[in-house]
Amino acid sequence: MISTAFEYQRANSLDEAIKKLQETGGRGKLLAGGHSLVPLMKLRMSEPGILIDIARIPGLAGIREKDGKIEIFAATVHHDVASSALLAEKCPVVAETAGEIGDPQVRNRGTLGGSLAHSDPSADYPAVMLAVDAEIHLKGPKGWRIVKASDFFQDLFTVDLAADEIIGGVQFAAVKSAGYAKLHQRASGYAIVGVAAALDVKGGVITSARLGLTGAGSHATRMTNVEKALAGQPLSAKTIEAAAKIAGEGIKHVNADIHASEEYRRAMIPVFTKRALEKAMARS
Amino acid sequence: MAQISITVNGKVRKADVEPRLLLTHFLREQLNLTGTHLGCDTSQCGACTVLIDGRSAKSCTIFAVQADGAAVTTIEGLAKDGQLHALQTAFWEEHGLQCGYCTPGMILSAVDLLQKNPKPSEQQIREGISGNYCRCTGYQHIVNAVQRAARG
Ligand SMILES: Cc1cc2nc3c(=O)[nH]c(=O)nc-3n(C[C@H](O)[C@H](O)[C@H](O)COP(=O)(O)OP(=O)(O)OC[C@H]3O[C@@H](n4cnc5c(N)ncnc54)[C@H](O)[C@@H]3O)c2cc1C
Ligand code: FES
Ligand code: FES
Repeated sequence: MISTAFEYQRANSLDEAIKKLQETGGRGKLLAGGHSLVPLMKLRMSEPGILIDIARIPGLAGIREKDGKIEIFAATVHHDVASSALLAEKCPVVAETAGEIGDPQVRNRGTLGGSLAHSDPSADYPAVMLAVDAEIHLKGPKGWRIVKASDFFQDLFTVDLAADEIIGGVQFAAVKSAGYAKLHQRASGYAIVGVAAALDVKGGVITSARLGLTGAGSHATRMTNVEKALAGQPLSAKTIEAAAKIAGEGIKHVNADIHASEEYRRAMIPVFTKRALEKAMARS
Repeated sequence: MAQISITVNGKVRKADVEPRLLLTHFLREQLNLTGTHLGCDTSQCGACTVLIDGRSAKSCTIFAVQADGAAVTTIEGLAKDGQLHALQTAFWEEHGLQCGYCTPGMILSAVDLLQKNPKPSEQQIREGISGNYCRCTGYQHIVNAVQRAARG
């Protein structure tokens, strides 16, 4: 399948990419790993007139620790996140999530920034970014702007990102006691339901919890009712069991498609919430 | 049109291409390297897998311009001095193929896997080839072949 014709440009810095985006007057789109955009273009569901390749911008890929926080730059491919020794030690849930995306070839090309910007309703990263309470760093013509993950994902394929802005990377405080559990769509690997859970634990008591849910609705969301049910409780299988039971309650719209009915997805939310919490507990 | 220069199987190939030309079509139609198969054309089956700078990638999901400056290895580039690659020999000996449609992609995914993990478990092999579909073998002989190549 052949996409519509476009002009190809390559940017060598974030500022150059922003300038090029502005010059295209709305006809331009950023291209990173291309593993969401290229399939859409081949199906002619997306027909950008100009593509601005940002995959090779120096310094836009990599993972580091800075001022006690973990920073992942936008063009880092999923494989490099999944195999990061730093993340394995400090914040394994993020590496675990990246390793659950698609298949090896997809993980060799797809990037964090592309996944967040695209915000597929079944994408994995949004759930874990909510659970680690990540800050998303965006650059536009007026400079940098920071958006909390909980404010970033807004609707179906809709995020807080202007047409002339670029995601530079994400920052978050490392949390060890966190886990991701996902029901895979067998062919693509996308999440039918995916839950990321992070627990702050002090002296055997959960002081606070954050849970991100993907696959169920139009976009990834926090499960605040479960978070409240966990806070202040002793960390135990019993606590997890009770809190997981109410996961998904109160969610008005749950997706139904050829992969899973609404009823099935609703039934799976507590199941995968429990599994994610169990993983988090095992790492605490 | 865009000018590209890609090192394919060790040889520098320069061309003027339409930006929308997929890497698969560049390899198959412009370089006549038809060992790279186009299966689903929707990023799922892995028949089109090649190595880009040593990493497995689905060439149906990459514009040739994105590979400008990179080193691409196709199935034609694996044998050295008339000697089949260890994985090619292992696929032969273990009957790792029937129709052969998936085989080039399967082998290149296995090359990537063994580079990252020279002694994979059976489960890790199955995960390593999870981006490649085979409609014939039922996978067992493919897994056996990768195990044989890993044993050396
Ligand atoms: C077969 C297959 C299976 C997959 N399975 C999964 C899965 O299981 N789970 C999952 O989560 N995903 C899955 N994906 C999607 C994959 O993870 C994509 O790589 C990812 O969603 C997009 O990243 P990209 O770098 O490829 O982005 P691109 O396709 O290059 O871009 C996607 C969008 O983001 C924009 N963009 C890219 N980078 C930036 C940036 N830095 N700032 C602002 N905007 C930007 C682009 O303009 C475009 O609109 C799958 C994809 C395929 C092909
Ligand atoms: S042809 Fe590329 S993945 Fe099937
Ligand atoms: S041998 Fe026929 S598809 Fe694998």
